[in-house]
Amino acid sequence: MQLTGAEIVVRCLQEEGVEYVYGYPGGSVLNIYDELHKQEKVKHVLVRHEQGAVHAADGYSRSSQKTGVALVTSGPGVTNAVTGIATAYMDSIPLVVLSGQVPTHYIGQDAFQECDAVGITRPCVKHNFLVKDVKDLAATIKKAFYLAATGRPGPVLVDIPKDVTQAKTAFSYPRTVALRSYNPVTKGHSGQIKKAVQLLLEAKRPMVYAGGGVVLNNAAPQLTRLVRSLGYPCTTTLMGLGGFPGTDPQYTGMPGMHGTYETNMAMQHCDVLIAVGARFDDRVIGNPSHFFRADRKIIHIDIDPSSISKRVKVDVPIVGYVADVLDEMQKLIDGSPQRPDAAALKAWWAEIKEWQGKECLRYDRGSALIKPQFVVEKLYEITGGDAFITSDVGQHQMWAAQYYKFDQPRRWINSGGLGTMGFGLPAAMGVQMVNPGATVACVTGEASIQMCIQELSTCKQYHLPIKLVNLNNRYLGMVRQWQEFFYGNRYAESYVDALPDFVKLAEAYGHVGMKIEKPGDVEGALREAFKLKERLVFMDFITDQTENVFPMVPGGKGLTEMILAEEL
Amino acid sequence: MRIAPPRGAARRSGERGNWRHILSILVENEAGALSRISGLFSARGYNIESLTVAPTEDPTMSRMTIVTIGSEDVIEQITKQLNKLVEVVKVVDLTEGNHIERELMLVKVRAAGKDRDEMKRLADIFRGRILDVTDKSYTIELTGTGSKLDAFLQAIEPGVILETVRTGASGIGRGERILRV
Repeated sequence: MQLTGAEIVVRCLQEEGVEYVYGYPGGSVLNIYDELHKQEKVKHVLVRHEQGAVHAADGYSRSSQKTGVALVTSGPGVTNAVTGIATAYMDSIPLVVLSGQVPTHYIGQDAFQECDAVGITRPCVKHNFLVKDVKDLAATIKKAFYLAATGRPGPVLVDIPKDVTQAKTAFSYPRTVALRSYNPVTKGHSGQIKKAVQLLLEAKRPMVYAGGGVVLNNAAPQLTRLVRSLGYPCTTTLMGLGGFPGTDPQYTGMPGMHGTYETNMAMQHCDVLIAVGARFDDRVIGNPSHFFRADRKIIHIDIDPSSISKRVKVDVPIVGYVADVLDEMQKLIDGSPQRPDAAALKAWWAEIKEWQGKECLRYDRGSALIKPQFVVEKLYEITGGDAFITSDVGQHQMWAAQYYKFDQPRRWINSGGLGTMGFGLPAAMGVQMVNPGATVACVTGEASIQMCIQELSTCKQYHLPIKLVNLNNRYLGMVRQWQEFFYGNRYAESYVDALPDFVKLAEAYGHVGMKIEKPGDVEGALREAFKLKERLVFMDFITDQTENVFPMVPGGKGLTEMILAEEL
Repeated sequence: MRIAPPRGAARRSGERGNWRHILSILVENEAGALSRISGLFSARGYNIESLTVAPTEDPTMSRMTIVTIGSEDVIEQITKQLNKLVEVVKVVDLTEGNHIERELMLVKVRAAGKDRDEMKRLADIFRGRILDVTDKSYTIELTGTGSKLDAFLQAIEPGVILETVRTGASGIGRGERILRV
């Protein structure tokens, strides 16, 4: 039986078990939309802007480990999607983005709503395709799903010209994919794993540094088991939060620019550092030449060979899926008569405890103004630490990461690599849809939230009871903080004037709005909001305008050259 | 992207730990593969001295030769990043072992009066072939390593060169070193 390209697209999505497609219709994708309309298996979610579609698919994926799917039209549909695609690319999130294209015989003629989608997205996708023949369509979509989810995951774009969606061919969905040019190494080298275990067991001052790879590869149980069996200190990066329980006594907090004092000191002064699915990025290790220490051995496990020895030379590289490698390591450790050096470990923990004595996350609890940290702490308490928390980008993101303790992976959903303001709300939509009934909160700021505020309308249409925690300091807070520290208090364009009345705004979209101005009202407001299980509640917390994120490693400085709150 | 910095850059930068490398790449013969590879070099700030590409005896595959300059760390990253591209089948750094390198140059020179015989002699010395003749010019074909072609250009007066075109280096491993799938 002959099917049209549009029918084939929908059949492929059904075959892949796709539940939701986030998208926005337009001329080039009308045939596909018509087919979506005729069936019920794959549900379409109409966003209000294509950036929101990709972020929603992204949040869906991050919280569920499934591949997210977005569908956009040609031209502006694709260009609007680019921010979302780049966000997913930087954080290695598996997405398949289907984009419409003008008919093949129009390509290159500056047709209406034409853009070179494959060219524009090339640097921010794992791979992309332009399908010029309907006979290749099913196999290409299969490849896209395969590429997105295997190896180091990432977004894959499939650009489909309108005439290809009309043309007919026989349909059969391939069961398997074989690409001679794509064979990621997934199993770690056993010799290297042995070496790593030996190094770990001989360490006097060990440190475990886990990143987003642990979350993406579902390796949190393996990591937790390994760290607990060794008794070593463990940090997780912004992308790795929840990869090791945030309430575990062996957890030392986040590393990096806004990491804890004790973690940064331990990262610097350990004698064996094991990086698990982390990539030594500039926000984590600061200045690489300051970070370098000849007497510290580094083990690095990662699925992507190009992540290894990119910024920091490592001694024992292991390429493979982190979950499998950690399993192998555990077997060797369990089978070895050798135990970690208890006396050395005790001394090392004593040193770490001393660093912890700085209480680097302390803030003024007696303030007459609402402290943003206090709001996040209360949010943690009231949600029992069991919510999905999405965030935007800036100070509020750091406070959420510092003060909400994540005991499980895939609960903390943020744009770590690209740092995309506007991510939080649409991502929360995807999270809420794939986790119906779960508590989903978006910690945001009055500037970030306005970058995708239109999605409040989508939330209304699909009855998504997201709780928005707006830490409103009337400033682009992180910009203001840098201007205070490094630009002589010259607050160039970081004051947000003419803010909307967020309560009225929320109400205008059909939601509940609250404005909270006193510290004493914070808890009550949160309790009330979370009681409204069926409604989206926009909580506008008017916070201390001058609060800063501490500790802070200034850009280009060494990891231990931190500014602490008490020093100002 | 900086294509073809001044010749001799390899030697000069070699003093700072940067060396010239010849990367041989087998790549799926698909539309867009070239732009993915050249885009990778520009996006990550790597240098391309020359790039040549043509299909192999297997029409589904092309072979590319890229001459680049960088420190060991940079070359390692280039190789890893190339391998990460879905269309790249295999990457080999020819300069890691014995290899042969050849480049083709066509050069049109002024050849009139007393210079005419001298130009023919010079072409012979460099084992060049004269492909086209007018009463005022020769078009000479030369193959060899890049430095041999440089030497020819340096041997003749700059004023007589009317036009040059070079293919960039192609390379192949010596003896049993074979690059194939």
